[in-house]
Amino acid sequence: MFAYILRRLSAMVVILLGSSFIIYNLAAVSGDPLEGLRTSSDPTAKAQMHALIRDLQLDVPPPLRYFGWLRGILGVFIGQPDFGMTRDAQSVVNAVALAIPTTIRLVVGATVIAIILGITIGIVTALRQYSRFDYAMTFVAFLLFSLPIFWVAVLLKQYLAIGFNNFLAEPQLTAPWVIGLSVFSGLFWASVIGGDRKKVLTLFGLAAVATAGILVLLGALDWFRNPGLGPIVLLGASVGIAFAVTQLSTGVSNRAALKSALAMAALGLVTYYPVQWVFDQPHHLLNLFLMVLFIVGAAIGFGFFFAKIDRASVIRTAAISGILMGALVLVDRFMQTWSPYTQTDAINYRPIPTVGQASDLLEAGNFWFTSLDTLLHMFLPTIALTLISFAGYIRYSRGSMLEVLNQDYIRTARAKGLTERTVIMRHAFRNTLIPLTTLVVVDFAGVIGGAIITEKVFGWVGMGTLFNQAINTFDLNLLMGVFVVTASMAVMANLVADLVYSALDPRIRVGK
Amino acid sequence: MAKNSESVATVESVDIANRETEGLSQGQIVRRRFVRHKAAMISLFSLVGIIVFVFSASGLHFGTEKNPISITGWAKYSITDLPELEYKSCPDGTTGCPTLDILPSFIDGTGLAIGDHPFGQDDLGRDYFSLVMRGAEQSVVVMLIIGIIAALIGTVVGAISGFFRGWTDAVLMRFTDFIITIPTIIIGSVMGFHFGNLGVGFLALFLGLFSWTGLSRLVRGEFLSLREREFVDAARVAGASNARIVFKHILPNAVGVIIVSVTLLMSSAILLETGLSYLGFGVVAPDVSLGSLISQYQDSFTTRPWLFWYPGLLIIAIALCINFIGDGLRDAFDPRQKRRITKKDRDAAKVLKVGA
Repeated sequence: MFAYILRRLSAMVVILLGSSFIIYNLAAVSGDPLEGLRTSSDPTAKAQMHALIRDLQLDVPPPLRYFGWLRGILGVFIGQPDFGMTRDAQSVVNAVALAIPTTIRLVVGATVIAIILGITIGIVTALRQYSRFDYAMTFVAFLLFSLPIFWVAVLLKQYLAIGFNNFLAEPQLTAPWVIGLSVFSGLFWASVIGGDRKKVLTLFGLAAVATAGILVLLGALDWFRNPGLGPIVLLGASVGIAFAVTQLSTGVSNRAALKSALAMAALGLVTYYPVQWVFDQPHHLLNLFLMVLFIVGAAIGFGFFFAKIDRASVIRTAAISGILMGALVLVDRFMQTWSPYTQTDAINYRPIPTVGQASDLLEAGNFWFTSLDTLLHMFLPTIALTLISFAGYIRYSRGSMLEVLNQDYIRTARAKGLTERTVIMRHAFRNTLIPLTTLVVVDFAGVIGGAIITEKVFGWVGMGTLFNQAINTFDLNLLMGVFVVTASMAVMANLVADLVYSALDPRIRVGK
Repeated sequence: MAKNSESVATVESVDIANRETEGLSQGQIVRRRFVRHKAAMISLFSLVGIIVFVFSASGLHFGTEKNPISITGWAKYSITDLPELEYKSCPDGTTGCPTLDILPSFIDGTGLAIGDHPFGQDDLGRDYFSLVMRGAEQSVVVMLIIGIIAALIGTVVGAISGFFRGWTDAVLMRFTDFIITIPTIIIGSVMGFHFGNLGVGFLALFLGLFSWTGLSRLVRGEFLSLREREFVDAARVAGASNARIVFKHILPNAVGVIIVSVTLLMSSAILLETGLSYLGFGVVAPDVSLGSLISQYQDSFTTRPWLFWYPGLLIIAIALCINFIGDGLRDAFDPRQKRRITKKDRDAAKVLKVGA
């Protein structure tokens, strides 16, 4: 194992050396930095050309120049790596270090949402193979596969951002919208849950009526301008979460787990007002972290209190429901921030931005305002990236789940009389995830490379923008700086994916 | 009880499925399954229709910018013609609106019409229909070239590395890793700078040289598992050469995976080219591609939306067709694929049983 990793790592170094050499030379011949000056009639053009040749070492042929660059990099072994300067005299390390957090903010959220949504929908379509829901989702997935992201981005900006802002200016839901959304929700839930004709019709009716009722109620309460959940709705939602998580995690027949999850909901209600006070204290991020620790601690406590045996699964259930409930309370806090936020001068009742990373005019200092601002700026790019990437997860997890469901051990599990929940969640679901881990690891590495096009469309300055800018301005040092980060992540991810795969699936052995 | 009836149904459907494939060759089974896949068949016909329409409208173009060899199509204008901008019939002071009217007269009262500029005109007055057709032609050419080149290289590399294993495998797979680390945007920019005037075929050729990596890994995996199978041992015992084993025994079994993944590669190739052109690294002016058209006119979405919709919808139509064809092929080649047994099949089976 150790020898295998060592061998792969050394191969990796060779690969990176080779590809950096190729990239350096390709980029060097991809344009002529002197082109503008050659045709210029400026009397100082000649002097400028000389200065540029000196600064960029254009008199040295690119293959030799590469070794000069490499010598700087190899300084890493003596503790002083030199990635050089960009053409606007900024240190490459600084430029890259500034861009990485932006890119992570932009892409990680979208990737996580895409993974969760994609795997959920993929598994549901596999369980309902050849149903209408399956066909509809297959069509949606292929449609999303075929969309150029810059095209989607323009549509999102127009209809989601500008349209939604216009709606917020005059938040009256018209009848066609209410009817349309209700019918959609009815169709959605009926096809997801499924059953015989009578059950499907009942589900359709229930979901449609519930959606219509909620929409009308929200409109009447002017909720879209002053959103919020409040302790009562939160309690209801928490009880729902408790039941749902328990059903998925252990089954509601496990009374200890159900009791712990419900106790978590009660705890959430009791601590609602104290938590609001904590939210207003300084050191917000530290407080949030402490709250997560508190939830996990409470889950462990409930586990020991309610369960005598098999405590781990009870604790897991309570912790997952607790964290979901905590997230809801956080959402509630953001909703309370919404109304004052939209009234600030910087926002002026148009809260959904179409470009940029943050509102420049917004006064710094209010944690909730700036966080909400960041989240809203992430809104459109995240949706665009999610739409583009989650289709892949739908298809892969569907295929993987179908493959697993055909295995003998699933038949054995059913034959020995396990409940369908246990068969799906414990036997099928876990094995479905194994091939998906490889995909997830490699995708996360690709994330750092950034989404060049997405960043350009939405005006973010991340790794993708740096890369694009470096190519356009023949900024070789910057280009290589970005390349070193992205390429080593990519190569490393492949190794990690192989190792994770062999750790999860004992049938696969590496290094043989 | 429910479980019991379900298992009876399973046995019955296996029965029906087996009866359907009795006495047919593998090729016939695959063809039959593909023809039965409705979405794939619709997509196949639409794609052929789109390609014929686009190529006949825009004509065929070879050669370089300086010495073009072209066969003119039936489109009224070429992409370099500059007819006068139409504004008389356009609403709200816009210019160059589309003259295509597909709503019959009982809906909007104007009747069906194609007119001089069915897709409108761009801001210079160039006919947008011919621009879009030219762009779509480029996309199809890119798709085919990248698909063919990547299929060839990917299959060869994957097959060699999976069949011979050991050192060959290690070296080839590390070479694949090496290619993966080279970003396509660099290739696009180098090609655009040096050979931009050689046309889109050249760009596609080089992009193809760098997009075979996924396919080669897939083929390698397939070869690794197939070479351990009994029929390969049997062939080897019978004295077959390596070449015979690869071409006669393993490759026919792996061809399904290859075809499916090549179709998916083709649909992503279209998006790759449009993405590169959007960033300004693909097709260079005065030539156009669907990506460069969208990139050029994305700001006119609110004022002259047709400049945005037509190229985008065409990209989606082509990519969607390819994806569905790939899905149909996947279903057709997968021997374990269970077809949905409908009530009609059951009735037919019952009739057969009674008849026997």
